[in-house]
Amino acid sequence: MGILEVKNVGKRFGGLQALGDVNLSVAENTVHAIIGPNGAGKSTLLNCLVGKLIPDTGSVMFDGQSVLGRKPYEINQMGISRVFQTPEIFGDLSVLENMMIPCFAKRDGAFTPNAFISMMKDREIVERAEEMLVEMDMADARNDNAATMSRGNKRRLEIGMCLAQEPRLLLLDEPTAGMARADTNNTIDLLKQIKDERDITISIIEHDMHVVFSLAERITVLAQGTPLVEDTPDNIKGHPKVREAYLGESQDAA
Amino acid sequence: MFGLDKKDFRLLLLVTVLVALAPFILNPFPEGSGMAQFNAGYPDLMQRFVIFGIFAIGFNILFGLTGYLSFGHAAFLGVGSYAAIWMMKLLTMNVVPAIIVSVIVAGVFSLAVGWISLRRSGIYFSILTLAFAQMSYSLAYSVLTPITGGETGLQPKVNDPRILDGSLADGATPKANLFGLEMGSSIEWSVGSWLFTFNAGYYVAAIVMLLAFYMSIRIFRSPFGMMLRAVKSNQQRLNYTGLNAKPYTLAAFVISGMYAGLAGGLMVAMDTQVGAERMFWTASGEVVLMSILGGVGTLIGPVLGAGAIKYMENILSKINSDILHTWFAFLPDGLEDFVVTLIYPFIGKGWHLTLGLIFMLVVIFLPGGLVEGGQRIARLFGRKKKSTDTPDGKTTPAE
Repeated sequence: MGILEVKNVGKRFGGLQALGDVNLSVAENTVHAIIGPNGAGKSTLLNCLVGKLIPDTGSVMFDGQSVLGRKPYEINQMGISRVFQTPEIFGDLSVLENMMIPCFAKRDGAFTPNAFISMMKDREIVERAEEMLVEMDMADARNDNAATMSRGNKRRLEIGMCLAQEPRLLLLDEPTAGMARADTNNTIDLLKQIKDERDITISIIEHDMHVVFSLAERITVLAQGTPLVEDTPDNIKGHPKVREAYLGESQDAA
Repeated sequence: MFGLDKKDFRLLLLVTVLVALAPFILNPFPEGSGMAQFNAGYPDLMQRFVIFGIFAIGFNILFGLTGYLSFGHAAFLGVGSYAAIWMMKLLTMNVVPAIIVSVIVAGVFSLAVGWISLRRSGIYFSILTLAFAQMSYSLAYSVLTPITGGETGLQPKVNDPRILDGSLADGATPKANLFGLEMGSSIEWSVGSWLFTFNAGYYVAAIVMLLAFYMSIRIFRSPFGMMLRAVKSNQQRLNYTGLNAKPYTLAAFVISGMYAGLAGGLMVAMDTQVGAERMFWTASGEVVLMSILGGVGTLIGPVLGAGAIKYMENILSKINSDILHTWFAFLPDGLEDFVVTLIYPFIGKGWHLTLGLIFMLVVIFLPGGLVEGGQRIARLFGRKKKSTDTPDGKTTPAE
């Protein structure tokens, strides 16, 4: 039994069947990639996992508990963190403050009502946040305004913020979309490092095959809202159904 | 000091000194001189400065930190005022219970309004708060007349029960006091042709305002304050970081509602009467203007904004065409009339026009409000200072 079990999930938007009948099992401490052509339903599936969308049918179990009907912040508190396609950080806050927020969320839960203690004097949180910044190699930027950073660094900060919560499952939605080659490679290295150093399950949605094949241990191919195949990267590379979904029937792939 | 860092403590100290010396600072011109009409150091206006300062400080905790723009905060001010006047009618003319109850009642009312309004954000939130405030205003005028006094409003009467006070002699007027110290009592001190007034009510309100200001600094610098800024910055990320935005926004809403109630209670403590017009939507709009004019999301901005607007409302509006004629009497007759005609729309009843122009200028050129203006000036001087400092090898430690 995997840490994340998706069973018979379906989602319809008006006349469009975005997800048909998705079954997916993500094993603990693996990197599981979900790939598929545009419009395959990858993002819809991800949104169903984090509570942004509620599927019409089926069940989503995380670590034996259903996530359906829970609010995004509740699902996050269960141990699922999400990295967005465009980095979502607190642009008006400093880098250190950005990092302090997940530390508070980890320690105090969904609401921290201490309005009269000075946040800089909460040594435990400040130290934890600074530790995370060092780990993410961003300690020099601690007092910078987060909005002024490069896209690569914003992504780095966002991943760091997710890790500060010590999630058991990290969901990444096209983490290298719109990045230059160098930034993409940095992100791959970062994710590899995370995978090696932590007890964490990573589920990644990605277009860039270079990223997928350098990271994933299992790959699920999604097409038209249903999983086509699930296998190891080596088997996926040569799978005829995958070629068909990506390249079309008539073409003979090289 | 007091749990504040050096910079914040200095700001608090500065505000304390300014507030304590306000009777001098606001009365720079000798009595009877032509400029005396620009003196703002009389009790009534000074009280209004600090009371609206409190109102704006509280509003800024909601609008400045979370970005939720409420158009209904005058309702909490009004509710606080009514609660205070009822305390004076039923309990005692001492202002302490009146002020405490006004805060509590406004807090409970804002909890109810916030609970519903915060289901939406952006313009829909603003409209919901506006609707609530206008409803409160209409109710106060009509259905709730037995409680609010309708159009006539409420005032403490000689024959009110006031169970804690002894009965008043016939013909005596009940006066608000703090354990015997009457709010209306003043000490006057004349130095040469200057006249300075130290009013008991002003200093009571000023001490409350300093406490309110101190609390707002603590909130700004707390984890709670940081979360409120995070709500403004990116609510999506906050939700996906395991934090529920609703209790934060609701707490901010209730705190700012309580500040408004406190301001309402103090208004009654200073001037023992209430009318429903205090809850009208223009009053809600005024506090928005104060915050933006002074600097949204800054600590001191709202107080400056409140001061600037109240000064214009009370001083600019007093200038009439006769005064203008005396000012420009040195000009040739035709020119004098022309200049007076030109300026006339901007003064007296036209003071709103001046306010509007200043507001536009601030929003366009100083989006950070008067505080940003101050910072720019400080930076200008700071740069000059630095260049003279460097030869000595002096460096100021970074804060």
